Amino acid sequence: MRDDPRAGPDPTLASGPPGLPVDPELAGLQQPASAMALFLAFSALGIQGFGGVIALAQRMLCEQRRWMTRAQYLEVLSIAQLLPGPNVCNMALMVGDRHFGTRGAFAALAGIILLPLVVVVALAALAAQHAGQPLVDGALRGMGAVAAGMILGTAVKLAGPLRRSPLGLAGVLTIAVAGFVAIAVLRLPLVWVLLTLVPLAWLIAWWRLGRGDRA
Amino acid sequence: MNALNWELLGFLFQHFLVLSLLAIGGATSVAPDMHRLLVVQHGLMSDAQFTASIAIAQAAPGPNLLFVAVLGYQLAGLPGAAVTMIAMLAPSTLLTLAVTRWSQARAEQRAVQAFKIGLAPLTLALFVATGWLLALPGGSWQAYALTAGAAVLVWRTRIHLLWLIAGGAAVGMAGWV
Repeated sequence: MRDDPRAGPDPTLASGPPGLPVDPELAGLQQPASAMALFLAFSALGIQGFGGVIALAQRMLCEQRRWMTRAQYLEVLSIAQLLPGPNVCNMALMVGDRHFGTRGAFAALAGIILLPLVVVVALAALAAQHAGQPLVDGALRGMGAVAAGMILGTAVKLAGPLRRSPLGLAGVLTIAVAGFVAIAVLRLPLVWVLLTLVPLAWLIAWWRLGRGDRA
Repeated sequence: MNALNWELLGFLFQHFLVLSLLAIGGATSVAPDMHRLLVVQHGLMSDAQFTASIAIAQAAPGPNLLFVAVLGYQLAGLPGAAVTMIAMLAPSTLLTLAVTRWSQARAEQRAVQAFKIGLAPLTLALFVATGWLLALPGGSWQAYALTAGAAVLVWRTRIHLLWLIAGGAAVGMAGWV
């Protein structure tokens, strides 16, 4: 919980489509005071984020702290998702790097990981101590089923914007089905799947982008 | 979890270093590969232990990546958790910092855009494959129904994810799955 640095009324909350020449949100931006401020902010994010760090981070970074505009956040997030490694950690690294370089990057990364790591290891230790008890085993089974559902539900959510993909429905389905079958049905090692499908997906996208600039 | 098992730690370190660079779309997308490595190929843990590791991480706050620490902890205690986390984070962190700085000027180039656009469906497929592999050991229609229910709630509502996990734990403790 921290003060909400409102410099004035926010003209952007109900504004039109993004992509205007000058992002009106830029005017109200603040700077984090120090790398420590980054660390604390990301710690708060980590400890509150139950599966939904991406959504929470948007609220904190763009609306409460105003460290970046929504357009900037979206940009950082797409690159974070594109790169290997945990999305949220990549996002933290990139946001931190924007402000205090390497020092800021590691402050933000440490913030988002350390406290939750302590909690999760404590939970694992607790579960290990009580393994074999029907109640604990049952709880873990139930939580496992829910965890699977949460990932599937998130996938459905993320699929929405793909309707506007320049790949077209056929391109999207080809790549997605190939990936799913290779991993879940054929159980092929991820290295080989990625080494094959990433260049293929890249080529399809390259080709589609070149066909008229419809996108 | 007594003496340090250097062989196991080295094995984990080496494999998770590679997985770090493959984790496009987040740590969750390499979960099937970790499952293949730890459960299927080397029999280091059971299906149930693997799924429980993910469930524990989901029940805790923070990035999903933390299930990696739980896997390490289950296999080799605290040193295991430290080794898997460091191995999982170091390569992707260095790469992220390098690429961010390098690519900022090139965001408009067709090759960069094509990469991003082409990768999106693949990332999604990895998510679905992960959910699928996690749901399979459920083995009963009740477990599948619970998975489906959770998926619909995540998709259609803004319910706090902690309630879902708590609900799953309660249903499991009642012996319904």
